[in-house]
Amino acid sequence: MNTSKIHIPGGRLALAAILATTLAGALPSLHADEQNFPLQSYRVGPYAAGGTGFFGGFIDYLNLVNQRDGGVNGVKLTWEEGETQYDVERGVEVYERLKNTPGIAAWNPLSVGIAYAMIDRISDDKVPLITINHGRTDSTDGRIFPYVFPLLLNPYSETSAIVNYIGSKVGGLDNLKGKKIVVLYHGSPYGKETIPIYELLAKKYGFTAEQIEVPHPGNEQQSQWLEIRRANPDYVVLRGWGVMNPVALKTAQKVGYPVDHIIGNVWSNSEEDVIPAGGAAKGYTAITTQATGAQYPVVQEIVKTIYGSGKGNLSDPKRIGSVYHNLGILNGILNVEAVRVAQEKFGHRTLSGDEVRWGFEHLKLSPERVKQLGAEGLFHSIDVTWDNHEGDGFVTFQQWDGHKWNVVSDWIAPDWKLLRPIIERSSEKYAAEHHITPRTQASAEAAISPSGAIENASAPASVAK
Amino acid sequence: MATRSLTLFPVRLAGIPSWVPVAVLLTSAYGIVPLLGSTYLFEAILLPFLCLSLAAVGLNLLTGYAGQLSLGSAAFMAVGAFGAYNFSLRVPGLPLLASFALGGVAAALVGLIFGLPSLRLRGFYLAVSTLAAQFFVQWALTKINWFSNDNPSGVIDAPPISLFGISLQSPAGRYLFTLTVVLALTAFTARLVRTRTGHNFLAIRDNELAARVIGVPVLRTKLLAFVVSSFIVGVAGALWAFAYLRTVEPAGFDLSRSFEIVFIIIIGGLATIRGAFLGAALMVVFPLLLSRVGSLLLGKRFDSGALDLSQHIVLGALIIFFLITEPDGLSSLLGRLTAILFPQNTNHNPKQ
Repeated sequence: MNTSKIHIPGGRLALAAILATTLAGALPSLHADEQNFPLQSYRVGPYAAGGTGFFGGFIDYLNLVNQRDGGVNGVKLTWEEGETQYDVERGVEVYERLKNTPGIAAWNPLSVGIAYAMIDRISDDKVPLITINHGRTDSTDGRIFPYVFPLLLNPYSETSAIVNYIGSKVGGLDNLKGKKIVVLYHGSPYGKETIPIYELLAKKYGFTAEQIEVPHPGNEQQSQWLEIRRANPDYVVLRGWGVMNPVALKTAQKVGYPVDHIIGNVWSNSEEDVIPAGGAAKGYTAITTQATGAQYPVVQEIVKTIYGSGKGNLSDPKRIGSVYHNLGILNGILNVEAVRVAQEKFGHRTLSGDEVRWGFEHLKLSPERVKQLGAEGLFHSIDVTWDNHEGDGFVTFQQWDGHKWNVVSDWIAPDWKLLRPIIERSSEKYAAEHHITPRTQASAEAAISPSGAIENASAPASVAK
Repeated sequence: MATRSLTLFPVRLAGIPSWVPVAVLLTSAYGIVPLLGSTYLFEAILLPFLCLSLAAVGLNLLTGYAGQLSLGSAAFMAVGAFGAYNFSLRVPGLPLLASFALGGVAAALVGLIFGLPSLRLRGFYLAVSTLAAQFFVQWALTKINWFSNDNPSGVIDAPPISLFGISLQSPAGRYLFTLTVVLALTAFTARLVRTRTGHNFLAIRDNELAARVIGVPVLRTKLLAFVVSSFIVGVAGALWAFAYLRTVEPAGFDLSRSFEIVFIIIIGGLATIRGAFLGAALMVVFPLLLSRVGSLLLGKRFDSGALDLSQHIVLGALIIFFLITEPDGLSSLLGRLTAILFPQNTNHNPKQ
């Protein structure tokens, strides 16, 4: 076992170096001072509300870094958009079209389906794939998925954080014993992903979890809510998507279930989910990784610098500081800081995708650093390592008062220790199916430069496990 | 007769034997394209084109030749994809081609079941009952975790492609693999429609009662059309999952995919093999061309969303234009085009 562990990463790297050299020779020479973010955005189609907000915020932040700081240490940030309408095939097409752009830092599709289709491709091309707040849960395991980063919050952590929050509402996790929680989930792969985790947590804390499916798209929920009324649970978790969310809130009101006992998950937490429900949403609480509002310094700078000069990406300035816009800004911060971390190691120049991967694997933003970035209160912190690609993100809960979201909790940590073995079981199954040998920390420390050379500054012997 | 079944052009070119265009096409598809093609060409154009072409060949057999309208093609593709995945996962050591074939057989069985209503229903009523296949299959694949190997999100990753120990995982390798499977099944279909069975298909399409009177076994032939068509569509689905996307979620095989395949055979030309390929080419390549031209011309002034919507308008207008100019589809349009380009080559002047 041990010998294979030592030999195989080296062989793989040598092979990768040869491949990268050939590739580098075939590609047009890199611009000395540009780092590119290809965007598989969706501005039309059923999920346009999320797409315009997220990609708008991302672009706004990249713009801010360019305009305010002249890029990252003089390296200008560029981006190119391709419309996907959230379709997997279109996402693949855009990937193949844009992947030869010089100096790509990372891909950020914001779509589970597109992300799945890209895992093999980005692993071959050695470029990071960022799936903030979503994606494959088991890609948290950086040993098996070196290039995939479900930053801040994977679906399992989200589940654990919601249960912890409900625990705090009933006066501690011990008091969950004997309580009843209904999970109302969207009838899709996304909706079903957390079923086993709710069951696991129910067993651990002694509450009953009743999980009820709402068939896609979810514009009729009378029977489900009558069932909930009958079950009379202490809390309802809404794991919705799109039109299902406002309909759930309205139907809850109709059957007389108290809205302040409904907790929304991370894709049921936007203005677009509550505004259509009108008064029925007042008092509804939902989880988020980034607080809402334009009062944070970084958002204010975007308002002043970018929207002040008419370069803002949102067509409706009222959406500045909304849930999806702030998520885009936060995503921008994480990407840019990963580039910065990698630049400190490899030099202030255009980096290869593999070097940016190294940057993400050393992306540690303490609350102090977050404050320096003007994002204190917007999000808590992140600490990504070579084998933990989620980065221990904290979450908070916001309540809708009929006009805006208000933060109603501290920053809450999910129970990562409990979840890690489940994640590893799943990723190891993937590794077995795909004949992948888990990476070691030593091989994670090495990175391939744009010219194809292997850089490995730190001593591998001292850090190897 | 055998060469006619592979004829590419409806009009014979003067002095050129009919096998020449076929040979030229095969040489370039096998010899030149893999050498010169870029990854983009394989991944974004040729692979989806080949998979959709094969699905359209399968549907054309059912709808174009046998006259049974189906809106469940995407469901049969899904059965083929998930079937091939499960066979290769659960039967250790099963060769890839065998798991594809078994995936196709699974699709054929489902096709047989959903073909049963065709014994009593026709036309739009049958189309609606095939919709049931569409909804049922998608529901079952989402609901029953066993199909996706208990993968929590229900999305499967296709295993790597290799044949006789040789890895075909590179874009060119997957292209060649897909091309071979598509050509083999297309040749089979082209042969089938010229057999007695193929003529029975046409007889049933044109007049079911008359067909029964002249002794065509109507029930058996209809079910056979469903079985063979679903088999081909199922293999196309397996290729879509294994060779093209390399991942599959049930939502990828939704109703709009079924419609897309129906549009391909209508635009390409019903009851022609060639038409399936022409229609698929139009549906895959045209939106890409439009998006490239659009972003070149207008990219600076409009965002990608507005561009995308305008492409829909242009594509829709073009489809209407094509169908008005040639209701029999692109296949027939190509025939008229070759006739115009080579006017002396019509069968009336064989000596020139």
